[in-house]
Amino acid sequence: MEPLERYRSIVDDFDAFLAACERPLGNAVRVNTIKASVERTLEALAEEGVGYEQADWNPRVLDLETDSPGSTWTSFHGFTHGQEEVSAVPPVVLDPEPGERVWDCCAAPGGKATQIAALMDDRGTVVANDNNLGRISALRFNAERLGATSLAVTNADARNYSLERFDFDAFDRTLVDAPCSCEGTIRKNPDALDNWSEGHISSVAGIQKGIIRRAIQATREGGTVVYSTCTFAPEENEAVVQHALEEEDCRVVDFDLGLEHSPGVTEWDGETFDSSLEQAARIYPHQNDTGGFFVAKLEVTA
Amino acid sequence: MSEGPDATDLAANDGQRFDRLPATESERTVAGRATREAVVALFADRFGIPPATFDEYTFWEKGAGKIWIYGGEAPTPLEIEAIGMTCLRTRQEHWKPTTDFAQRFGRHATECVIDLDREAARRFASGEDQELAWDGDWGYLIAAQTVADRLEPLGIGLYVHGELRSMVPKGRQRDLTSSR
Repeated sequence: MEPLERYRSIVDDFDAFLAACERPLGNAVRVNTIKASVERTLEALAEEGVGYEQADWNPRVLDLETDSPGSTWTSFHGFTHGQEEVSAVPPVVLDPEPGERVWDCCAAPGGKATQIAALMDDRGTVVANDNNLGRISALRFNAERLGATSLAVTNADARNYSLERFDFDAFDRTLVDAPCSCEGTIRKNPDALDNWSEGHISSVAGIQKGIIRRAIQATREGGTVVYSTCTFAPEENEAVVQHALEEEDCRVVDFDLGLEHSPGVTEWDGETFDSSLEQAARIYPHQNDTGGFFVAKLEVTA
Repeated sequence: MSEGPDATDLAANDGQRFDRLPATESERTVAGRATREAVVALFADRFGIPPATFDEYTFWEKGAGKIWIYGGEAPTPLEIEAIGMTCLRTRQEHWKPTTDFAQRFGRHATECVIDLDREAARRFASGEDQELAWDGDWGYLIAAQTVADRLEPLGIGLYVHGELRSMVPKGRQRDLTSSR
């Protein structure tokens, strides 16, 4: 937990934050509405005798009272998919509509990409990309299990992604759920901080900046780019969005979020960021008893 | 006599890329490739799935006889990892639908659907074969069970000699309880 000390100055009730980071998480699943409605899924769980609690902010997110959410009938039928509660936030902020062209540029293992497909009623084109071929097999497995027919899966580095393979030249929306130092996943994975270093943060931030720039370039004017990470480091969050604001045509926009959260920071380690970054959301583990997340919503401008 | 164009004029299948299925035999340019017409007819003739179910979808081949169903936009040919989901294996004597296709589209089926009780469904999901009575056609069936008051497909089974063989792939098999 030592690396988290650096956030003492930006986190309200830091002791509650640290205490939450030490508690394990429950078993959250997302209802896959491509296969079944929320009502039918709840009925199926009740039939199986599996207790559940529905998230206040999103009726499609459930906390299951079982130690093996993958060994339920609802999972076998593809009605439910194991996905952490905060991990369901970025696709909701992206807010895709049926028929659109959407790019999930760091998509494996596919929880968010299939959530995007479900939000679009599985109608339209969701390009799910990842640079790691091994993780793509997990993405494909999940996409087929969940019955997502609108997904096209590509294996490329998002930083220099080419749209030439398709018939269109821009996406309506893009999700950049960037590779990150994963500090916010400590409750799920107690080893998350084992390889933590400021050097790692700095190198991963360079990759994040390259990906967010390409995402904005590949999205049409007026389109939406959502940038998210599961980490707390401002170097990987606000500083990356600040870089995008300086280098590409875009602005930060506000969004509603039914989860308690803190605003994005505008100062960190001697650097200042644009005041619009206050409209980003920092979700801390002690606020909603979840993992940690950062989400910013951008509009592509001329 | 071969069906459609003379086989010697046809190209060989390139298993590395996605090619959209030809609508009919007369439009076929690759030897041995299934047509959209034949794929939709199989689902209609064998399982009673109305052809209109697939109006919004395209069918593709990548790999030898591996057919994919896709709802998004893409040019043909296309060299990427996957589009939509695999739905059917052709280029073998009996065309075989996939478990994931049965789960996604099998609820539209009216024929060759075997309704399993919870214990039989549990055995099917774990990959076990089982002795069962079935007075319909032998061959590939859609196994299903009742979930929340509706029949819900579990996957593809092969029925022969009084036995239902589970075709659920290893990675999709699960040990589930049979209690209600």
